[in-house]
Amino acid sequence: MINTPGGLGHFAVIASFVFSLFAFITYLITTNVVEGDKKKNWLKFANFFFYFHTGAVFLIVGTLFYIISNHYFEYHYAWSHTSKLLPLHYQISSFWEGQEGSFLLWIFWNVILGLIIIKTNKYWTTSVMTVFCLIQVFLTSMILGVVILEDFRIGSSPFLLLKEVINAPIFKINPDFIPKDGNGLNPLLQNYWMVIHPPTLFLGFATTMIPFAFCIAGLWQGKVKEWIRPALPWALFSAVVLGIGILMGAYWAYETLNFGGYWNWDPVENAIYVPWLVMVGAIHTMIAYKKSEKALKASIILVVASFLLIVYSTYLTRSGILGDSSVHSFTDLGLNNQLLLYLITFFLGSIIIMIIRWKKIPSTEEEIATYSREFWIFMGVTTLCLMAFHVIYVTSYPVFNAVADLFGGSLNLAPPDDQVKAYTDIQIWFAILLAFLSGTGQFFWWKKMDQSALIKTVIWPLGLAILLTLSLVSLGYFSLFDQEEKTKGQIILYLSRYILLFFFASYSVIANLKILISVLKSSPKLSGGAITHIGVAMMLIGMLFSSGYDQIISKNYTGLIWSREFPEEVNKNNLLIYLNEPIQMGGYTLNYKGIRRLFKEKGFVDQNFVSATKNPEVYIANANIKEPKVTKGDSLIIDGTENSYFEVEYLKANGKSFTLFPRVQMNEQMGIVYSPDIKRTALADLYTHVRTFPDPSDPGEWSEPQQVTVRKGENFYLNDYVSVLEDVQRVTEVDGINLKGNDAAVKAIIKIAGETGDYFAEPIYIIKDKNVGKLEAKVSDLAIRIKIDKIVPEEGAFTFTYQTTQKDWIILEAVEKPYVNLLWLGTLILSIGFCVAISRRYTEFKKMREKQMEF
Amino acid sequence: MKKTHIFGIIVIAIAVMVIISSTGDAGTYMNFEEALAIHENGNGKKVHVVGQLKKVNGQIIGLDESPDKRSFYFTMIDKNNTEQRVFHPNPIPSDLLRSEEVVIVGYYKKNTFIAKEILLKCPSKYNEDKIKV
Repeated sequence: MINTPGGLGHFAVIASFVFSLFAFITYLITTNVVEGDKKKNWLKFANFFFYFHTGAVFLIVGTLFYIISNHYFEYHYAWSHTSKLLPLHYQISSFWEGQEGSFLLWIFWNVILGLIIIKTNKYWTTSVMTVFCLIQVFLTSMILGVVILEDFRIGSSPFLLLKEVINAPIFKINPDFIPKDGNGLNPLLQNYWMVIHPPTLFLGFATTMIPFAFCIAGLWQGKVKEWIRPALPWALFSAVVLGIGILMGAYWAYETLNFGGYWNWDPVENAIYVPWLVMVGAIHTMIAYKKSEKALKASIILVVASFLLIVYSTYLTRSGILGDSSVHSFTDLGLNNQLLLYLITFFLGSIIIMIIRWKKIPSTEEEIATYSREFWIFMGVTTLCLMAFHVIYVTSYPVFNAVADLFGGSLNLAPPDDQVKAYTDIQIWFAILLAFLSGTGQFFWWKKMDQSALIKTVIWPLGLAILLTLSLVSLGYFSLFDQEEKTKGQIILYLSRYILLFFFASYSVIANLKILISVLKSSPKLSGGAITHIGVAMMLIGMLFSSGYDQIISKNYTGLIWSREFPEEVNKNNLLIYLNEPIQMGGYTLNYKGIRRLFKEKGFVDQNFVSATKNPEVYIANANIKEPKVTKGDSLIIDGTENSYFEVEYLKANGKSFTLFPRVQMNEQMGIVYSPDIKRTALADLYTHVRTFPDPSDPGEWSEPQQVTVRKGENFYLNDYVSVLEDVQRVTEVDGINLKGNDAAVKAIIKIAGETGDYFAEPIYIIKDKNVGKLEAKVSDLAIRIKIDKIVPEEGAFTFTYQTTQKDWIILEAVEKPYVNLLWLGTLILSIGFCVAISRRYTEFKKMREKQMEF
Repeated sequence: MKKTHIFGIIVIAIAVMVIISSTGDAGTYMNFEEALAIHENGNGKKVHVVGQLKKVNGQIIGLDESPDKRSFYFTMIDKNNTEQRVFHPNPIPSDLLRSEEVVIVGYYKKNTFIAKEILLKCPSKYNEDKIKV
């Protein structure tokens, strides 16, 4: 069984499952059953099993990577996700492209975190690791791939052979058949973000488990409050990693995927956004508890909820239940029941343990005063939870449908028609409230407040924010949003919510800046909160302008209406641009200059100047090129065999210009994928993407052949371009044709004056073995193809046959997104703030541990 | 009444408002017959229809692109096998021809279904059982 890599891998999978089960049982016994010296021995035993589990997980990872990097295409995972030409970093990312591999990534992070817990925390090790190992048991079972009975299968193994998965006829003829190449990585995912985004996100997923494990361990062991201190730095770490993971996904979507923006409210995005919101809420109540021993129950509920929401989101995205409502969830691997069992186990388990301990959890009966810091924190946390509730409610429609079907009903709830609008319309009001609370709440946090103190404190930040907002309003900043298709009432509503959001977000920035300055003076270590809140408020402003005030500048004003039936329906946001025919667009003159390929060391080269060779990575230059310097006959190494780029030049009225290269990827298996290119300036991004272009495999429709007879040096017209027959030369060599003895060949050199410069067409006329051959020449840019039809030597005249076709074109959309940089800058500041807070809370925990105060 | 209770009631009220308002925004899956009935009742709401492109012998038929490439017509068959002419006021999505299932979001107008949005479900490469030999 173990004599093949797959056999070894599958063995390691089973071992990792069994060892996690053993570790779970032994940690459980260590915690609850044995006492005194025996405890020590059992702990050794349990750790031993966990180390074995760790070893097995490393072995699975190593084996799978060995299979991928050595191109063992007899394995389904390697065949399905990789190919021979895939560079190393994409081989690594193909590792987690599939469902099994992404589970593996999660399992891997869990193991690392488990090792850290064992190293850093002595008292909590056994109980926390019990919870940990139970989670590992469930996760490793997802990749177990063990068949019990005929059709009952536990988990889906990444080590299946191709012939075990696919029932192709070839295996009947030749059972040992191994494909020469794999399917490759989805072109959408061939991006450096695919290398770093999933590991970050899954680290975020994995870390939500730690506060949860501490909380459950605390409840279980009757330490209902002590768990907070060790859990808090981890909760902060989890929130920042998840947050960065989410934003990385957003940035990736913005920069590469053609979704048109950074956030689409897709179920897969929502499934991570919701637990993140709840985790952030949990952090706030935990901090409140540490300061004044309030909000313990809320902390327990929120910490448990955020982990359960991660499990729920795993169920949503991997069980196939999202079906029609998501474009990028995983496909159903038949893990539905297993995932449901995982969800139910942890849901019921946590609830039962909470109910049992509920009476033991201290809570204060006294009323919370409006002027207390707890009141403001509660308001903020409640807002976060309501935001989470809204998103998870709408995202769960497919689940409601499934439940209704189960009971014989029929709900047929579909996602909102305009998803982005439906979510934004509600979330924005909560965001306004959050901005207000994060500004004001911070004052309460740092100082005891009564009415007069409050007024004194907030008057300056409020006044400044009012001033700033009013000046922007008077400068007309807020009236520029897309008002098409909106009623007067809607326009007023939009305007007011944008102004309110800006006002409160800027108030929050100013208020938190004020706090930051005073905190930095006294104790800079405590500045995490203020920095984080500044980051959040900046993100809100960035989102407000980049999404609320994005402007489509590729509006079609040509007045040409092709769809006579539904003229008012046609999307007016796209422009059709023909090659080398500049058109006006929103303050720019746009010129599409043709398709380029990207070459290593050289950069972009016109695709007409290179010819493919047998090696798909090597091209030969077929002309001398000035920029970049390429000599005819040079071989060039392509950077991305599937990629082509559209060179689009933007010329401003002031004469300045820049060039964008939106991309298309053509993958045989997976089709055509477009990616935008972005011109970034400090104040706005100009986002350009191609919607469609002529299918390169379609020969196109050519006109009826036309004839023209000219002499050397004579001018004539080809497709309305002035052309001249420069010369006719005898050639001794023609590519691919063996010329001998009486054979002869001549080529005509025709110069055609195109819009941007001269083009040369060189058709060839061959006489070989007394037969005539006519090699046509094609000038793609000018949509001409031409061949020598007849030569009349005594008159010195040449008759050419030529055809024309439609010129190359693209359909392009260009959007300006103002102040999007504030969003990314805010994210950076937020992350810095979190790091400051983590370091503070961890130092606190460590100090207490050294004093033996921490259990 | 305690302040906490008032606070609780307000939170519940907001949650109920969120449910009502977002459920009102929710779309509905329908077939063409139901969508047409809704249209004839004068309800301009957008609906979701799930179906496939019309194919004869594996060839897609009825796909007509406008000369400016900015819109196109196609023929769709819903799950009840009802045929319908659909207009999409956008360029042809690159994966349309490969799709095994399409979800369109839109409404009727003059016996044509205007699909404001097209969601495509392409054959997953996991299930693809073709191996190049």
